[in-house]
Amino acid sequence: MSDTTVLYSALAILGLPLASYALIFFFGKRLPRQGDFIGVGFMGIAELLALRIFIHFWQVGDPTYRVEAAFNWVDLGGFRIDAGILVDGMTSVMLMVVCTISFLVHLYSTGYMHGDRRYERFFAFLGFFTFSMLGIVLANNLFFLYVFWELVGLSSYLLIGFFFHKHSAANANKKAFLTNRVGDWGFWLGILAFFTATGTLNYFELFAHVEAGTIKGALLSWAGVGLFMGCVGKSAQMPLHIWLPDAMEGPTPVSALIHAATMVAAGVYMVARLAPLFGADAMMVILYVGAITAFIPATIALVKTDLKRVLAFSTLSQLGYMVMALGAGDSPNAMFHLTTHAMFKALLFLGAGSVIHAVHSQEIPDMGGLRKKMPITFVTFLVGTLALAGVPFFAGFYSKDGILGSALAFGMTSGHYLPFILGIMAAVLTPFYMFRLVFLTFFGKPRDQHRYDHAHESGLNMTIPLMILGVLSVCAAGWQTADKGWFSRFTVPYDVPAIAAEFHLAAPGHDVPAFDTQGGHPVQAEADHGDAHADAGHAEPAHGQDAHGGDAPGEDAHGGGHHDVAHTAHQRAMVMSIIMVIIGIAGAYWVYFLRKVDTAAIQRRLSGAYRTLQGQYFFDELYAATLYRFTLWWAMMCAAFDRIVIDGIVNGTGYLTRSLSWISGLADKYIVDGAVNGIATVLQGAGEGIRRLQTGRIQTYLVYTSASVLILILVYKVL
Amino acid sequence: MNVGLPHFLTVAAVLFCLGLYAVMSRRNAVGILMGVELMLNAANLNFVAFSRYVQHGIDGQIMAAFVIVLAAAEAAVALAIVLAMFRNFGTVHADTVQSLKR
Repeated sequence: MSDTTVLYSALAILGLPLASYALIFFFGKRLPRQGDFIGVGFMGIAELLALRIFIHFWQVGDPTYRVEAAFNWVDLGGFRIDAGILVDGMTSVMLMVVCTISFLVHLYSTGYMHGDRRYERFFAFLGFFTFSMLGIVLANNLFFLYVFWELVGLSSYLLIGFFFHKHSAANANKKAFLTNRVGDWGFWLGILAFFTATGTLNYFELFAHVEAGTIKGALLSWAGVGLFMGCVGKSAQMPLHIWLPDAMEGPTPVSALIHAATMVAAGVYMVARLAPLFGADAMMVILYVGAITAFIPATIALVKTDLKRVLAFSTLSQLGYMVMALGAGDSPNAMFHLTTHAMFKALLFLGAGSVIHAVHSQEIPDMGGLRKKMPITFVTFLVGTLALAGVPFFAGFYSKDGILGSALAFGMTSGHYLPFILGIMAAVLTPFYMFRLVFLTFFGKPRDQHRYDHAHESGLNMTIPLMILGVLSVCAAGWQTADKGWFSRFTVPYDVPAIAAEFHLAAPGHDVPAFDTQGGHPVQAEADHGDAHADAGHAEPAHGQDAHGGDAPGEDAHGGGHHDVAHTAHQRAMVMSIIMVIIGIAGAYWVYFLRKVDTAAIQRRLSGAYRTLQGQYFFDELYAATLYRFTLWWAMMCAAFDRIVIDGIVNGTGYLTRSLSWISGLADKYIVDGAVNGIATVLQGAGEGIRRLQTGRIQTYLVYTSASVLILILVYKVL
Repeated sequence: MNVGLPHFLTVAAVLFCLGLYAVMSRRNAVGILMGVELMLNAANLNFVAFSRYVQHGIDGQIMAAFVIVLAAAEAAVALAIVLAMFRNFGTVHADTVQSLKR
């Protein structure tokens, strides 16, 4: 497969969902089945193309291999923007993830959305969303990325508010859009900072500039934090996470596609893609934001009774893990977790959708005992739960384990243990709340007999995606960690070690020797990747340093001590996380299956804590009390300013003009008109007077003539 | 009493004034015409008197003869106008014929 073929395939992948959107949007109503087969079919073709690219990159097996093409889009002299696409290992993985999930969600939606009044519109929006997301994946410069970034925000808005006749959905999509705006504001500032400092927007040119030190110090840090704000908004990190739970108002396939698998992954993908642009301080911010986001939502998920909301909070928690890994400099594991998480979280959401479709309720108290009624949904949901919980031999275990290992290794080298502690606490909460969900939904006695009686297994077009995703949830990781398994052929081809090294030097209280940053750039990867790692004797990934750095000259001599730390850290983290999973599952089994504990009593006893969790730590209320109120107050001030000052000026000007016109009118009336009329009057009066001379009597004229002659004579005589 | 130029001029002036008065005061168009005749004859008298006492030639007498001819022509035209006026307005009073005034 030549480079050109890769490029054209990638363009076709980008174009197919757009074509599907346009066709369904304009002709959907007139097509048979409202054109859903276009969406499914086009996504199927895109999926095959993505698979072809994926296999190609797998065969090449070189993480630094990339295909890039751009054309000049805007050229204003000194200001130039290219539009271009970039395909490399990471891109091919993301293409695969997005196309797979999107295809399966399209297929699933033919069942789930069946009979909806705006059925064809839904498929059009799905296509549009997929197009935007693929644009983010394929972009090769920050501007192009930003364009698609906003398109994703728009399509997310459209899909969350798909049931816009519901008040809550209409509010949720506004909330999601506005919250994302806050993050995008920072993102845009970050882009501008990089552009101002370096004059380019292309990824690899920017990396070169950062390496060369064109942009450095505080500016680099703040620009990095700005870029990360985009991730905070889009990937729903604290404190901008508030929109994601509300976004569950959208149809469930949308929740699966956007709010679990792809859109929220955009932020993580962006940070991983741009990893070299983040300075040490920015990395520290990323690390702590991720760690906090991994923990806090996990506690909220313990008490929520809405099936989709529990999954939403677990999504927040898992995204926190990914961002934490990014902050620890381990973007390969972040991307690895993104990939596996996309599979099992899409599976869980689609499974939840299947349940909701069957019982027509999202509330767990309305369910129970559905295991017998919906066997396929139950089994696949269980598989997804096991994967999310991090049970060994399921995909989630390997990726989450890699992240926890990195976090621990980071703690051991730098002294920042808090992220690891938060991560491992979330790791015990995750299996607990997920198994709570499983036990309450599928086991026990039906709590609502009427709903239970009417429940039935969903149709094949809904269960087939579940089964495919179930298989993927088991085997997506290839039973290997990111650095050893298939992912090592794709992992981030950037110079992560350099950043990690800077990070570690900046961090206080550790005695790890500095990395050789010069040799850190992975120039090329050898074909027998696995062997290299076996020879180097460091199996576990720590800060991305050893992911494919084995062949970089001069590194082993310096980095040996660190590898030992990473190795021990990873082993400890693995043992601890397995223990945590066992504790979590056993706890959920004890409480929700055996019913040994009276949950209502605990709720009463710890009513304060319960209310805090149920109220999601009152973030919404906090924002309502501070930000919203301030904004409203400010808006009111502005309105008052408008009304009093601006309107005052305008009205005053109007009044002044009117007064002046009145005066001018008077002048017109009395002076100008007066002059004109006066002349007329004088003339008329004169005419009136002189008229009397013309009597028409000939004698009068004669008198005048005689008198005149006499006068003339007298005058002549006198003079 | 020696009759000289002043006597003639006095008679002519009186005659002229009478003619003028007749023209100004008469309502009848024919009366006005007669006043004009008087004024013309006053002028003739002056011509002849000046011819006799000042110039010692016949220029004044020739001019007087011209004026008499002119007066005859004038009387013919004016009487024709008076006739036309009577036919149109049914009167020969000059003061009632004033349609130009309006």
